[in-house]
Amino acid sequence: MNPFLDYILTSIPLGMTFLYGCTGEILTEKAGHLNLGIPGIMCIGGACGCFALKLMNGTNIPPALIVIISILCAFIGGILMGAVYSFLTVTLKANQNVTGLAMTTFGVGTTKFIMNGMAGNGGTIYLYALDYFRFPFAESTNSLKYNGVMVYLALIIALVASFVLTRTRVGLHLRAVGENPATADAVGINVTMYKYVATCIGSGIAALGGLFYIMDYAGSYEAYKSIEALGWLAVALVIFTLWKPHISIVGSILFGMLYLAGSRIPTLLKIQLDISATPLLQMLPYVVTIIVLIVTSVSKKRENQPPAGLGLPYFREER
Amino acid sequence: MKMREKTHELPFHVVKRDTMPFWKSMTIRIVAVVAALLLCSVLSVFMINANPFEFIETMIDGVLGSSRRLWKFAKDASILLCIALAVTPAFRMRFWNIGAEGQTLIGALASVGVAYYLGDHVPNGPLLILMFVASILAGAIWGCVPAIFKAKWNTNETLFTLMMNYVASGLVAYFLLLWTPSGSSVLGALSVGHLPVIGHEYLLLIVAVLVLTAIVYIYLHYTKQGYEISVVGESENTARYIGIGVGKVIIRTMIVSGAICGLAGFLIVGALDHSVTTTTVGGMGFTAIMVSWLAKFNPLVMIGTSAFITFMQQGSAQITTRFNIDSAFPDIVVGIVLFFIIGCEFFISYSLKFRESKKKGEKE
Amino acid sequence: MSKPVALELKNVSKYFGSLAANKNVDLTVYRGEILAILGENGCGKTTLMNMIAGIYYPDSGSISVDGQEVVIRSPKDAFRHGIGMIHQHFKLVDLFTAAENIVLGVKNGQRYNIKEVNRKVQELADKYGFNVDPKKKIYEMSVSEKQTVEILKVLYRGADILILDEPSAVLTPQETDKLFDVLRRMREDGKSILIITHKLHEVLSISDRVAVLRKGEHIATVDTATTTASALTEMMVGKKVELNIKRPEPKNTCDRLEVQGLNMVDAEGIKVLDNISFTARAGEILGIAGIAGSGQRELLESIAGLCHPVTGKIIYHNPKTGESEDLRDKDPVAIRELGVRLSFVPEDRLGMGLVGNMDIVDNMMLRSYRKGHSIFVDRKKPGDLAKKIVEELEVATPSTKTPVRRLSGGNVQKVLVGREIAASPTVLMAAYPVRGLDINSSYTIYDLLTEQKEKGVSVIFVGEDLDVLVELCDRILVVCAGRITGILDGRNTTKEEIGLLMTKTETSAETEKKEVTDNENA
Repeated sequence: MNPFLDYILTSIPLGMTFLYGCTGEILTEKAGHLNLGIPGIMCIGGACGCFALKLMNGTNIPPALIVIISILCAFIGGILMGAVYSFLTVTLKANQNVTGLAMTTFGVGTTKFIMNGMAGNGGTIYLYALDYFRFPFAESTNSLKYNGVMVYLALIIALVASFVLTRTRVGLHLRAVGENPATADAVGINVTMYKYVATCIGSGIAALGGLFYIMDYAGSYEAYKSIEALGWLAVALVIFTLWKPHISIVGSILFGMLYLAGSRIPTLLKIQLDISATPLLQMLPYVVTIIVLIVTSVSKKRENQPPAGLGLPYFREER
Repeated sequence: MKMREKTHELPFHVVKRDTMPFWKSMTIRIVAVVAALLLCSVLSVFMINANPFEFIETMIDGVLGSSRRLWKFAKDASILLCIALAVTPAFRMRFWNIGAEGQTLIGALASVGVAYYLGDHVPNGPLLILMFVASILAGAIWGCVPAIFKAKWNTNETLFTLMMNYVASGLVAYFLLLWTPSGSSVLGALSVGHLPVIGHEYLLLIVAVLVLTAIVYIYLHYTKQGYEISVVGESENTARYIGIGVGKVIIRTMIVSGAICGLAGFLIVGALDHSVTTTTVGGMGFTAIMVSWLAKFNPLVMIGTSAFITFMQQGSAQITTRFNIDSAFPDIVVGIVLFFIIGCEFFISYSLKFRESKKKGEKE
Repeated sequence: MSKPVALELKNVSKYFGSLAANKNVDLTVYRGEILAILGENGCGKTTLMNMIAGIYYPDSGSISVDGQEVVIRSPKDAFRHGIGMIHQHFKLVDLFTAAENIVLGVKNGQRYNIKEVNRKVQELADKYGFNVDPKKKIYEMSVSEKQTVEILKVLYRGADILILDEPSAVLTPQETDKLFDVLRRMREDGKSILIITHKLHEVLSISDRVAVLRKGEHIATVDTATTTASALTEMMVGKKVELNIKRPEPKNTCDRLEVQGLNMVDAEGIKVLDNISFTARAGEILGIAGIAGSGQRELLESIAGLCHPVTGKIIYHNPKTGESEDLRDKDPVAIRELGVRLSFVPEDRLGMGLVGNMDIVDNMMLRSYRKGHSIFVDRKKPGDLAKKIVEELEVATPSTKTPVRRLSGGNVQKVLVGREIAASPTVLMAAYPVRGLDINSSYTIYDLLTEQKEKGVSVIFVGEDLDVLVELCDRILVVCAGRITGILDGRNTTKEEIGLLMTKTETSAETEKKEVTDNENA
């Protein structure tokens, strides 16, 4: 098989991990909240999903239902995390950065606790569960068809999010809340409700990324250890894609390619790179994000800036 | 009274509090911590079958149980305090530097690099000085790059500094591969560049950090630069009005912040690890943000908050060993405690005013 | 009047603390008319309109729409009754298009379709002759376009009673004419329009009737056709009130600051300073009178070096060296370093002059902390100064370590003015230093300014209360729309004369001049 095609085909599913996190974070940021808890939330999603899988392991629930239930569990786990975050930052007006970082500490720790606890007796169940996430027609590993259901789910969610944000009244109102909450409030939009719902749903979506990464992409319970770093990249991807979920589809695949560049580029170019160069190549996604960050801030194009109300708590009395 | 029926208003509304006596705000915080610990101990009842008293007792034992534990506690708290001191000047300026992790790591890397390349040629004394200078320079550079872009183009510093963490960690991984011919990426403890041991092996480190605390406190509260930082943080308009170059202050302050991070890296290498890995800082760069924020960016109070957080971590680590549960347990405890403290700040800066009558309920 | 009544206010009062913003106001608005609400700054015009629009709720009195008593507790309620208000500060999402802003928050049960909205907005705009592109983003728009969007926003929601808060304040004369054409078309369409203004010629040119407010009270409502500018001014400013501010004769005056031909345009391209020339003398108080936003702030900021005019000169005669130098295009620090001492009390006290979260001592340092070569700040001298100011000006504060945010407005002002005076300036500029202050604090400030004048300081005082200006100042400079419309002798002028000059624009200048002479003859 063409090594380049193979490279892309591997990058697509990896990219979906970013896509879940990124779509979730876009929704949250559009409501004016920079949720730095996304890495922790993604971890929690993975843990909740796996926990559900473990409970259902060995029962005679149909495979399709097992997949749906574990996805729902991950989603609910994310929503709960999002609810804690919203309660602290929206209702209690806490600092978003501090709250987000605490969420990540908590999420990563809890996930490790749950995953190791489950691995204590029979961690291998996940490898059986892996097959559930494939379509029945899944064939060889080197084919698009091999992609599991959650790859398509990620694409669908991103497209729906994009549609909602740009084409619906709800999306218009949500964007207004993030840009200028005082104005939104003045025209009768329930700012608090929008912030809560967007943050919770966004967290739920991001949580799916964790489940996807463990159960589908990596297929190993150990995989939870890499989610935090992937989560931060997902947060960075939001800037890279200029807060547009449909662009983030391309962006996430590109980030997947960048993430794998360390191991793939040498084979691809048929060059013998010194092994020490790998970490340098692995820095690529971060360096690219920094460059994008700089370019967008220098260009000052209004459409490419973060939502104007990002990071600021809204307190009506303070207008 | 028909107006009442027409509107659906909450029975209370939120008002920004003017001020609150110190003891009262402390009481609220203590209540929050106690509530958090209660929740944790209740959780632990389910998870590990320990009663809440056992839980608390084990935590205290984990920190105060032996002189070795106490020294470890003081050491960990000092390193955390050092990084927290580093992020503080930037935070007082409302510059959200979450790159302390990377700034410290790059400082540690610079130290190890100097010791690795020059260790055989330079005697220990000058070598330590070179390591010190290299760390501070590396940290300062790592801190000032995002600041330059922030000052010039208002580039988002939160994400910039975050990304710099990963670049730093990538560089560490690169040099480790370079320095370990076997490709194992595990660099054994260097035999050179050790800080002298005075009394106890951690004593120098602890004293150094305490001295630094005093210096940072004086810098922030009693120098002109510290004063400028406060003015910029409080109101950029005022800063411009009295002729402070806001960009200049941002860059200068981040150089200071980064340099202190670099110093922390130097201390970790010179006094403790004598080596570096990608996890040398181990998330302390993020925890330090909490430490600083909890202390309302006051360096002296940070001695207390860093001790508090370290106490939580080390105490709950003791629980993990005693009850043989996963080592991630401390993160959960610290996370829950943080949620409670973050949440309780609301009750310190805002108060709920209940609507007594229709007229009182009127919005001003 | 054969037209049906659209809106009726009866006995409406609103108090802020003990201060009456509106006292027993009665007002009737008919369908298909333009009613001007006229009054000085702070006479309660905006508060009254805010009560109709649901921002405030009246303490007493009733509001009826179409003869039915209604309760308006929020802007939403107001819209339900067909009332919409266009505020001076636009509430628009910059990143959205005009149409998106207009449709924001409207829930009409229809599916959201931006093309349909664009079409509807265009239709509405065409109907009344607005010139607007529904697809244009707000941040690309001029002020007048933004205002158009605000008006369309209100119309789109089906409002037929429109309130405009000083709509022409941000517009060029041409844009104002255009707006008035649109308003007339809306009147023909049967809409009722309330327009807040203090520009007399606008009142005369657009309104059918005028309601005059003074100090929160409704003075009279008259038909525009049967009134004159001078009659309205008289109603607006009222009888002279004796304040008994002491005003010693200026001694040893000499020229200190010469402003020559200052011109400036703001970010929107509007001329905010138009060929300003005057001289401020040492040992006298020069008052600046004018409607808020007529260029006072820009003028003071230009002199202080905070903003830079396009053309013109600001010549400063240094009393120490006897030299003269141009302050224009120098930054605030450079101005100080030259030995030029300008003390400036900005309008926005807590936003610029002081740091709210810092204590009085630290706020004293804002000006002086750079002194000396030590890297440490010296809190001793500022601490002494803070104590001195607290004692001498009777600042009510627990201690000098109290954050100024916690002080009352009057005390904040004392701290600020006290600090500026402590720098022993040669020129002292104060903008609205008594705004929000009680009577006693105000007198303390007046005395301070007079004291400075007697010390040979050239004091520039921007004020809004004409009674005060007439009694405090030696000379009064009147500005209107960035131009100087008159420089008067404080001892031989009247409030009416200032009032007319304040509202005198190019278009109305001729007619008003005539009326002034008529008045004087009478």
